[in-house]
Amino acid sequence: MIRFRIIKRKPLPGWAKIVIPIAAILATLILSAIPILLAGGHLWKSYFYLFHGALGTRYNLLETFVKASPLLLTGLAVAFAFRAKFWNIGAEGQLLAGALTATVLGVNLGGIPSILVLPIVIIAGFLAGGLWASIPALLKTKLKVDDVVSTLLLNYVMIHIMGALLFGPLQQPGSSWPRSSAIVKAACYPILMPRSRFHMGIIISFVAMLIIWFINKKTTFGYQAKAVGFNIRAAHFGGINTTSVILWTALISGGLAGLAGVGELCALQYRLIMDISPGYGYSGIVIAMLGNLHPVGVLFSSLFFSVIIVGAQTMSRMTGVPTYIAEVIQGMALMVMLIFLLFTEFKIKVLRK
Amino acid sequence: MMAEFLDLAFISGLIGATMRMATPIIFAALGEILSERAGVLNLGIEGIMLMGAMTGFLFTYSTGSIWFGVFAAACMGMLLGLLMALLSVNLGLSQHVSGLGITLFATGLAMFIYRLHFGSPTVPPIIQPFKQVALPVLSKIPVIGPGLFTQYTLTYIAWLLVPALSILLYKTTIGLKIRTVGENPVVADTVGVNVTLTRTLCLVAGGALMGIGGAFLTLAHQNMFLIDVIGGRGWVAIAMVIFGNWNPFKATIGALIFGFLDGLQLRLQSVGLVLSFHLFLMIPYLLTIIALIGVSRRAAVPAGLLKPYRREEKGG
Repeated sequence: MIRFRIIKRKPLPGWAKIVIPIAAILATLILSAIPILLAGGHLWKSYFYLFHGALGTRYNLLETFVKASPLLLTGLAVAFAFRAKFWNIGAEGQLLAGALTATVLGVNLGGIPSILVLPIVIIAGFLAGGLWASIPALLKTKLKVDDVVSTLLLNYVMIHIMGALLFGPLQQPGSSWPRSSAIVKAACYPILMPRSRFHMGIIISFVAMLIIWFINKKTTFGYQAKAVGFNIRAAHFGGINTTSVILWTALISGGLAGLAGVGELCALQYRLIMDISPGYGYSGIVIAMLGNLHPVGVLFSSLFFSVIIVGAQTMSRMTGVPTYIAEVIQGMALMVMLIFLLFTEFKIKVLRK
Repeated sequence: MMAEFLDLAFISGLIGATMRMATPIIFAALGEILSERAGVLNLGIEGIMLMGAMTGFLFTYSTGSIWFGVFAAACMGMLLGLLMALLSVNLGLSQHVSGLGITLFATGLAMFIYRLHFGSPTVPPIIQPFKQVALPVLSKIPVIGPGLFTQYTLTYIAWLLVPALSILLYKTTIGLKIRTVGENPVVADTVGVNVTLTRTLCLVAGGALMGIGGAFLTLAHQNMFLIDVIGGRGWVAIAMVIFGNWNPFKATIGALIFGFLDGLQLRLQSVGLVLSFHLFLMIPYLLTIIALIGVSRRAAVPAGLLKPYRREEKGG
């Protein structure tokens, strides 16, 4: 009889850190053949259109960056929180809080000098997301309320706050649809490349990635957050104010998600609609895990995801495979990556009896 | 307006709606209790419910048999429960991450399969949903009778499952084994209980309950599948498990409170009191969070929850 046991293995060399994510992505693409074939798509054609649709033309390539921007921000938001074991599953609600605040300001800030409008909108959007995330952080640290559940439930609270406002005070006068008035010109993100939607928010998200990298690597706070994530009791006895670390983590994490909302509003939609986010907050969770909670890893996994999401549009048009294939691939990518990561630490030993 | 609140038909209707809206939460919460009592937090619940809702609908639509739909939803739930077990129990991955991974995967898959089968029709396909069954005698009780005892069969089954799970957990050897595995897997292993197998079976059985809970929404509450049909009810169920201190009866009380608010919201809309539709929809979630604040300090979390169990290797 053959039995299997999972046992600890010796640490893998440094190159494995790069090879394993690449191998995981390749394995995911191979596994994607199953849903593609089930949908009756021609395999090579489907893969071709997937990549051609995302990278093949100048416009599509720039669209891939447009899509990557909110994914990078929500991915960073989740990764930054998870690193301190603050289980922030609420990036979706925090994103909406950012978009909502940007709408209120963007519609009404017509009177002030236009150079000030955008900085105000961006900072307010960051703070709105951060404050919304600090509610579950306070509940966790002060009242021991489970953060997974509270962050999740607050997403639904925020969706309904947004709904109530879009059917109420924020609704565009004269419109019967749940949508706000358009924001003023000064609140719109500048477009950086002609004949595309490549906007300032993409630069913001990239800079945010560098800042988070710096915080993690070079600051005392980054070290403390890691310690809290590793062992909160030990961190506490080691003299770290764990409550304040978790609160600041939540503020920054939620703020990043809020920025994603500001970007979607001020660069793409220009007015608030119910469908402002197709679940970027939830995708951020997968992206963070796929990037192994490291900012650079998050950057690459958000790019991978945007290739899949943008490419799936073209693939769907050309081969008839539903666009939801993108979500299926995202889910598979996460599980494959988890299993691959596991085997960097453990190996399967075959026992013969 | 006040007269309408006191109207008997309104009260009776509200009682009925409370029971109906509590049903999916009860199913899901019982499934989650079973998993968590064995030491595994299953955050795949929301995705498993959605897959259950989709699978139940699809099979009912294709075969015309609504019970076959329920059966298929349960099987789908079991499959996903098994996947959760594979990741979090056999491979010992983080329970948070595996569960969320399953929810995201299952959400994508549910929508993918639905689109694959039905395309993008302008009018969503519908099925002939469950009919409510009036229990003889009981449904004739004044005021409360018609609401309580004119329900869907699945609702009656949910009621029966609550004491059944309680008895299983607290009065049988199997229950004792499950709880020991959840509280202290090392002890359980020492006395000869197979930790991996127990956790796997609990996740599989729990997944079946979650799948049926999801199917209730497409086969009884509504007659079609919509992408947001679950609408966070899985997360509410998890909150109810904490609220109910991992006890089936107490969690059911939580589910009934949620069902009441959900039902009230529907009833108030139907009598034309539209304060703000969205503010009403928000109330159940908000109150669930407030309820958690009340109970979280004295929560008796199963001690083995979230901890993967690996037997120490001796002599390889």
